[in-house]
Amino acid sequence: MKQKDLILYSGLIILGLAAPYLFSAFKVQLTYLCVLIVLAMTWNLQGGEMGYNSFGNILFYGLGMYLTASVQVGMFFPLAEWTESGGEKTFVHTTAQYFQGIGVGLLVAAIIPALVAGAIGYAILGLRGHYFAICTLGLGIAAGEIAGGIEIIGAGQGFTTPPFPAEIVDPEARGKFFYFTSFIVLVLAFIFVKYIYGSRFRLILNAIRDNEDKAEAMGIQTMKYKIVGWMVSAFFCGLAGGIMGGLIGYIDSTDVAFDGREMGVFMVLMAILGGKGTLWGPIIGATLFHFFKEGLWTFILGWQYVALGVLIVVIVIYFPEGLMGWLREKYPERFGEVIDEKDRKSQVELK
Amino acid sequence: MDFLIFQVPMLMVQASLDGILLGILFALIAYGMALQWGVMNIINIAQGDLVILGGYIAYTMYLAGIHPAWGVIVSPIIMYFVGWALYKLVINKVVDRDLFISILATFGIAIVFQQLMNFIFGADVVVAQSEYGTTMLFDNSVTLPNSKIFSAFVSLAYAIALVVYMKKSKLGRAIRATAQNARAAKILGVDTEKVYAATFGINAALCGIAGALISITLTLHPYVGLPYTVRSFMIVIVAGLGNLPAVAISGMGLGLFEEFADYILGTEFRIGAVFMLLVFILVYRRFKLSKKREYLK
Repeated sequence: MKQKDLILYSGLIILGLAAPYLFSAFKVQLTYLCVLIVLAMTWNLQGGEMGYNSFGNILFYGLGMYLTASVQVGMFFPLAEWTESGGEKTFVHTTAQYFQGIGVGLLVAAIIPALVAGAIGYAILGLRGHYFAICTLGLGIAAGEIAGGIEIIGAGQGFTTPPFPAEIVDPEARGKFFYFTSFIVLVLAFIFVKYIYGSRFRLILNAIRDNEDKAEAMGIQTMKYKIVGWMVSAFFCGLAGGIMGGLIGYIDSTDVAFDGREMGVFMVLMAILGGKGTLWGPIIGATLFHFFKEGLWTFILGWQYVALGVLIVVIVIYFPEGLMGWLREKYPERFGEVIDEKDRKSQVELK
Repeated sequence: MDFLIFQVPMLMVQASLDGILLGILFALIAYGMALQWGVMNIINIAQGDLVILGGYIAYTMYLAGIHPAWGVIVSPIIMYFVGWALYKLVINKVVDRDLFISILATFGIAIVFQQLMNFIFGADVVVAQSEYGTTMLFDNSVTLPNSKIFSAFVSLAYAIALVVYMKKSKLGRAIRATAQNARAAKILGVDTEKVYAATFGINAALCGIAGALISITLTLHPYVGLPYTVRSFMIVIVAGLGNLPAVAISGMGLGLFEEFADYILGTEFRIGAVFMLLVFILVYRRFKLSKKREYLK
């Protein structure tokens, strides 16, 4: 690792660790930011790198959310009675139970969505281009509609996740706990994605994006790699969902968990805003988007979805390459692309 | 398995008739989608929201004291211009681009439409009363609202009119030529830009008719657009582009499926069943094609 990189990464980690103390009032927002970055980064892995633009990663996010909460409750209390009482205080988790529950819950929430992605991957990833996009869109919405009809996880009235243990008197503890959990997930996701970016796996994903038939003809078992790529996304989406479920404290089938209208679009939009197919693009995109959203949402209350829709249209039409793509066009040398001066000049003349 | 529908055979008749009448309506929306997909190669996620907007136009007339059935004439005229404006504002910039761009852009349009309708018409479920009464069949055991029969006939009439128009008129010929080969049509003097705008306008007008019919037969709500998009998408991929009888038949099939799913799975799973059917159809097609080492294009 170069010295410059070392300074950058250690600086970012110190910033991340110090953030909840520096901006004490914004811990929930910072947690959101971490989750958004994780979602954008893992969406980019198969949307940007693999070229399979999924609207359905929200499926894994919602699945993770329900799984974490169900495991956390189900480990100690009967789940059906919990959801029926609608979060009444008949069952109370002790401190140890709460943390055990959420720990195991997050583990389950990471593994099961990844397995689900593996199981349905063979069928779904055989679709290409826009058929894949529409199919995953259908999957995400179907999941929300179906979850809204299942009694044991609260059906239409929602699922109240266990409240943070009351024995911990420090009022800051809840915010810090969720922030650091999400920060750890973010760091893990970054290390993993960074590792993938330096590996052969990424080249294979890019080959699939650029021309799948040729990649197959070159002897790459594309289906295998596509499924693995999707499973990685699902793994982190599930984790992110589990954390958000605990943070929000209430799970509704269509408005919180399988929220295709918000989270499902956000992750696509953030990745495109920052630049698809780059390591830092989704991170920058998510940060910008989060600041924009939080800064603007309160001033245009009620109009935020109109603004969101307009933003999508504008970004997609005028800015499809994203911020990193734009920078790359402007300063190709910075991205390690060597450009022949003669060639550049002759191209200008041609115009 | 003690499903009500298997114990009372008359419910089967009820569900079938409801499904077929509803399916004709879906086929009308799907025809619009097939038209603009075939001509412009765009998948319009906002299709369902155009339908709902058309419905709200009829509902506004109903509030103003005009019979909502007139909506089937007024609504398409207004919606034609909405579609035309939408084309000039957004769609013309995504026509030649990647399909994913058009999906995402129309998704953005859908969100804007939903929210604007939510502001203007409120978030309540509304219905325009046509007061057409109901027809009782088989000893009063099957009830059929006359508005549904009316809507089926209007859909059929418009569909036939459109087919004739596409065959005979100059614009219809230009649209078909552009669908076949946009470049060749351009060379032969067809103003493709105009054709695209007209196509999108006609699509929006069809949505307007369907919406006006939905306002008297079903219910309206700002956020129920997406299921209509998915239904029409499904019908189009089953029937293929430009195969009109197949569009009608698969529309009715979808209507039947929905009514039966409603009885068997329960109303809360109805929309879920529609979306799952989409996934199953796509996956089925994918496996069928992969046997020949092909894929959906």
